[in-house]
Amino acid sequence: MRENLHRFFRAARGAGVRVSPAESIDAMRAVAQVGFADRDILRDTFLLTLAKTQDEKRALGECFDLFFSQPEPQQKSTEQSMTDDNSEQGSNPSADEHGDTAGAAANENTPNENTPNDVGPLAQMLLSQDRSAISTAIANASGAASLPDIRYFTQRGIFQTRILDAMGIQRLRDDIDDLTTRNPGLAERLQEALNGLRGTVRDAVSQALLLYGREEAENLRNEILRNAPLARIEPRQVEQMRALIRRIARRLRERYSKPRKRQRRGHLDVRRTLRRNAAWGGVPFLTAWKRKHRDRPKIVALCDVSGSVARVSDFFLLLIHSLHEVVDDVRSFAFSGHLMEVSDILESKTPEEAMKEIMSKVGFGSSDYGNSFADFEDNWMSAITPQTTVIVLGDARSNNLDPRADILRRIGERSKRLVWLNPEGRMVWGFGDSEMPRYATFCTVVRQCATAQQLERAVSDIVATYQ
Amino acid sequence: MADTRPTASIEAVESGLAAQGYIASRQIATAVYLSQQIEKPILVEGPAGVGKTELAKAIAAWRGLKMIRLQCYEGLDEAKALYEWKYAKQLLYTQILKDKLGEVLGGAQTLAAALDQLHTFGDVFFSKEFVEPRPLLQALEQPAGCVLLIDEIDKSDAEFESLLLEILSDFQVTIPELGTVSAVAPPTVILTSNSERDLGDALKRRCLHLHIGFPEQKLEERIVESRVPGISQTLRKQMVGFIHEIRTLDLKKLPSVSEAIDWARVLVLLQASELDHEIVKDTLNVLLKYEADIEAATPQISSFIAKASRQGVFS
Repeated sequence: MRENLHRFFRAARGAGVRVSPAESIDAMRAVAQVGFADRDILRDTFLLTLAKTQDEKRALGECFDLFFSQPEPQQKSTEQSMTDDNSEQGSNPSADEHGDTAGAAANENTPNENTPNDVGPLAQMLLSQDRSAISTAIANASGAASLPDIRYFTQRGIFQTRILDAMGIQRLRDDIDDLTTRNPGLAERLQEALNGLRGTVRDAVSQALLLYGREEAENLRNEILRNAPLARIEPRQVEQMRALIRRIARRLRERYSKPRKRQRRGHLDVRRTLRRNAAWGGVPFLTAWKRKHRDRPKIVALCDVSGSVARVSDFFLLLIHSLHEVVDDVRSFAFSGHLMEVSDILESKTPEEAMKEIMSKVGFGSSDYGNSFADFEDNWMSAITPQTTVIVLGDARSNNLDPRADILRRIGERSKRLVWLNPEGRMVWGFGDSEMPRYATFCTVVRQCATAQQLERAVSDIVATYQ
Repeated sequence: MADTRPTASIEAVESGLAAQGYIASRQIATAVYLSQQIEKPILVEGPAGVGKTELAKAIAAWRGLKMIRLQCYEGLDEAKALYEWKYAKQLLYTQILKDKLGEVLGGAQTLAAALDQLHTFGDVFFSKEFVEPRPLLQALEQPAGCVLLIDEIDKSDAEFESLLLEILSDFQVTIPELGTVSAVAPPTVILTSNSERDLGDALKRRCLHLHIGFPEQKLEERIVESRVPGISQTLRKQMVGFIHEIRTLDLKKLPSVSEAIDWARVLVLLQASELDHEIVKDTLNVLLKYEADIEAATPQISSFIAKASRQGVFS
């Protein structure tokens, strides 16, 4: 049972519940008190000792149900083959039909009970249709292949092969080869059973992956996503990317919203100290310290949402707005041919709706940086104060229209910092209609920003300058 | 031991709490049972008014223990939560003892000798006599054990959490001048939080984590029944049904159990036998605490009442 508990803890970690060794010890002590008899109480016990948030409780609850619905590995595979039973029954009629049309006689010649003795143990097992024996064999083979070590979905094939190998599939194949000439009907039945077996093993591996592999698989996926070019994210990955960006935002928030009392203390303020301690004849009992002046972060974000960079700016706006708790003064603008303020849209709507609305209003056009900068200068220049960090996100490709770099210069002069994030690589800046070199002279920082990781670093740097 | 009434089983916890008028779900009872068995604090999270603080009170009443409550707020620190030196008393004593100084020094001739003499008395003023115990230390000193309620821990600063860690894991505190004070009898510790701020992992790890949400309809009926004995069964069913409908709305502050109980009391006071539009409209302010919420709910009253009574018929 102890072994089973450890496997459950591992499964819980897979489900995203952080179970530290100390917690698992607590859980084991608790389980020792309540026992295994009452499944509901056992479930509550785990929820109380292991899960530390509502989300974790939900994940752990699901994991528990999945895990303890089949407490022992043997039973688990029984269940598996039971479900497989149905699918086989589904495919049986077709096999029967086949038998009827092609080799009814051959079928009758090899009745079920007459299993030949010259085939391997696995073939015999399959032919005798002994479900419990088969599932025990699968369970044992799973153990031999250390199935609980499965981590990534890419490992499914390997584990299937390992399990089937351990069960003696090689011998089975030889048997089938042997029989195809001598006894085609039997060979066919064996082939059919083998397919069923493959299905069962595949299911067992999938379930093991579901139990043990989730976290690592997710980490790997996130790692890949983090470094994938934002502009080339496939539609099916967009949702995962959003989740990743939200997680990045949360991490930035945690890092930068910590209390910073200590850092704020600067040098000794001699004048105030003396005045304060006048009553003690100038003996400095109470010290007064100069406080470092710190600006409240203010961010103005200008996002190019024209076709070529739309997706990057999508994620960028999402990140900026998830960061609201650190930076409470954010104004966002979107432009392609014209520029408009989108702060309200982003704040009042869910991210998906907001993006859709922004795109429908200003998105996908061909970009006109000069015109958009002019719009900004005409209407919102006052939003920029000497405390503001202005972030421009775009590829600086203005379709050979007047870039109006003079406006960018004025923006740069008014603001604390002007940061340009460009999703294109440095290699192509300045080629074609790219105005990047001209703009770059007025920017405080210019960086490439094509992946989630670069996005995170860029925003992290911006927030850090205010700390 | 503290267990004047031992928590023998989960059922015993459930019935024990019920005897105090606290109808606990099985998960709550399991948490209380486990916290007793493996001596761990319980961190209770959930919306306001679902009975987090009540739980501590009920445990204390049931087990006949003293309850010590520490209300957390921003800026709460060691001196207010743990212990403080009685500076005034220390000063007073020095003044009184001034005259005795000659005797204490015992006619030491040199300054060094006098200092040596003084050193032997050095620790007198930092002894137990001069410590003012605050709730946390008090809780550890209770000879019969107690229920320590650390209420709304999420309101306190992050530093305060770290202060609690030693108490929560080992039931002891270290006072630099005195050494470590261990609990006479480990207290039952209940921490409550409205999740205003995320608590640190270190704190969470030391506790059983219990989330109390809004109760299911059946459970809430039982809670109302036990708290407001005079209420008729039909009315109880209807009002609880009605509250469950209200909770489906998108409101600023959803009515919780404590509001349900208040409302039940009001309805009984008004001698209502069943819900109707008039009486609900007049008493809605008991249930909802924001003008905007009341406005949002008012148009729905009739349909909610209808739904609630229909449920009453079928169940």
